[in-house]
Amino acid sequence: MTAVDVQALTAGYDRSTVLDGVDLSIGTGGALGLLGRNGVGKSTLVMTLMGLVAPTSGRVLLDGRDVTGLRPDLVARAGVGLVPQGRRIWAPLTVAETLALAARGHGRRAAAGRFTIDSVYELLPRLRERHGQQAGQLSGGEQQMLAIARALLTDPAVLLLDEPSDGLAPAVVDQIAELLQTLRGEGVTLLLVEQDLHLAFAVCEEIAVMEKGRIVHRCPTPEFRADRATAHRLLGVA
Amino acid sequence: MTGWLAANLLSVLNGLAIGALLFVLAVGLSLVFGMMDVLNLAHGALFLVGAYVAAALVGGGASWGAFLGALGLAAVIGLLAGGGLSAMTEPLRRRSHLDQALLTLGVALIVAEVLQIVFGDDPLAVPAPPGLDGSVSLLGAAYPTYRLALIGVGAVLAVAVHVLVERTTLGALIRATVADREMVAAVGVDNRRVKIAVFAAGSMLATVAGVLGGPIYGASVGLDSTVLILALVVVVIGGLGSVRGALVGALVIGQIESLGRALLPDLASFVLFGALALVLVLRPQGLFGSRAGAAA
Repeated sequence: MTAVDVQALTAGYDRSTVLDGVDLSIGTGGALGLLGRNGVGKSTLVMTLMGLVAPTSGRVLLDGRDVTGLRPDLVARAGVGLVPQGRRIWAPLTVAETLALAARGHGRRAAAGRFTIDSVYELLPRLRERHGQQAGQLSGGEQQMLAIARALLTDPAVLLLDEPSDGLAPAVVDQIAELLQTLRGEGVTLLLVEQDLHLAFAVCEEIAVMEKGRIVHRCPTPEFRADRATAHRLLGVA
Repeated sequence: MTGWLAANLLSVLNGLAIGALLFVLAVGLSLVFGMMDVLNLAHGALFLVGAYVAAALVGGGASWGAFLGALGLAAVIGLLAGGGLSAMTEPLRRRSHLDQALLTLGVALIVAEVLQIVFGDDPLAVPAPPGLDGSVSLLGAAYPTYRLALIGVGAVLAVAVHVLVERTTLGALIRATVADREMVAAVGVDNRRVKIAVFAAGSMLATVAGVLGGPIYGASVGLDSTVLILALVVVVIGGLGSVRGALVGALVIGQIESLGRALLPDLASFVLFGALALVLVLRPQGLFGSRAGAAA
């Protein structure tokens, strides 16, 4: 089965085209690492998949169901969770309020989902310790954990993560890698946009590279790691 | 100090009464702008609708039945008008603030014009309900009972709104929407329904404030723009989408309007806009606003 199937997707802001015909599919339970230089359209792709940026043409299918151009709340209810760039936690809310709002927001009874507030606290015990604190007071790593927990409580089949390692210490990035591997074990399909190659390599079995609004390269992770010339050409890294 | 207070007690109390009224008016304006990014310039016209409802129902002879009836009718009109304004601004949600402001300004002008045609040019008085229409003696001076009651109503509403926003699940939704509306949508909440609810509740508070303010301001042509400007100043000083900011801003502006006019009669307008300018220079996001609110 295909969890996410993106076909010839284009999108942009005002008159500039950012996504210029993206074709991308991820099998159910798979994890794809999406790499690319700054400004090639990775974040726009994530926001378009979530329904927060309107596509100008092309299609997005979730489990075969057409969700192209749906409102973000309907995309969320169709089973897509978002961990956005910059985390975008609700700073004035406490951890407990954030999780309660996310659990109620998606409209299904929390007990019916794989993830409940209790099970998320099991996964991320640090958040349970901090449950009464305002999200804005948390450390960067804790805020990232909260952003992931918030997305999980919408009970996503597909989780979109936009640079979850951004600005975090290596030890915290390791924790996030471990968490994402646990989520894979739960059967969640992952699209991981990253600059941190180690995190992408640790979590994803396939790597795709974006350039100028298109997917220009895709291969299994071990193959990508072995092919240093291609990595250097596409990403400018050694 | 005690001598100063005795001499200016009435001005201070008047300032509290005006502040209480301004809070009820401004909190809706602040939440609609802070949560939904819509600058509703029809908010003052809603206040005026409430004032004329009070004048029409209570003007003939004050009774509690008429006064409560006016409050109820104004509340229903406010709810419906808020729903209508929410629907009208929805097609403009991806456009600039200016487009939405122009639309609501147009609505405000039409409403004010219709009210003038229906009720005429002359100011109408609204008597206070029985029992509150007298005055009480405070430090040897007579003070209108209704204004004291208004201070009490304002305090109760402030506490109620504070508890609602800071302590309840609905309040968490309100604060989250002020902080980052897109992320609220991304957890499955339909923003349009939140917008209708906030618009309806905020507009209801505006029309109710018009009735409550009736015994002080009456109902007259031009009152809508006067209160709209005061409410906008309150929102800018307090910070967008902040209930505490609306309360503090309203109390400050209430004192400037009352005590400021009493102590510096020639400079009151300068003090009002001077306070606004000071806040804009030193803390553009408002006293209690978040940086994100200022950026949006």
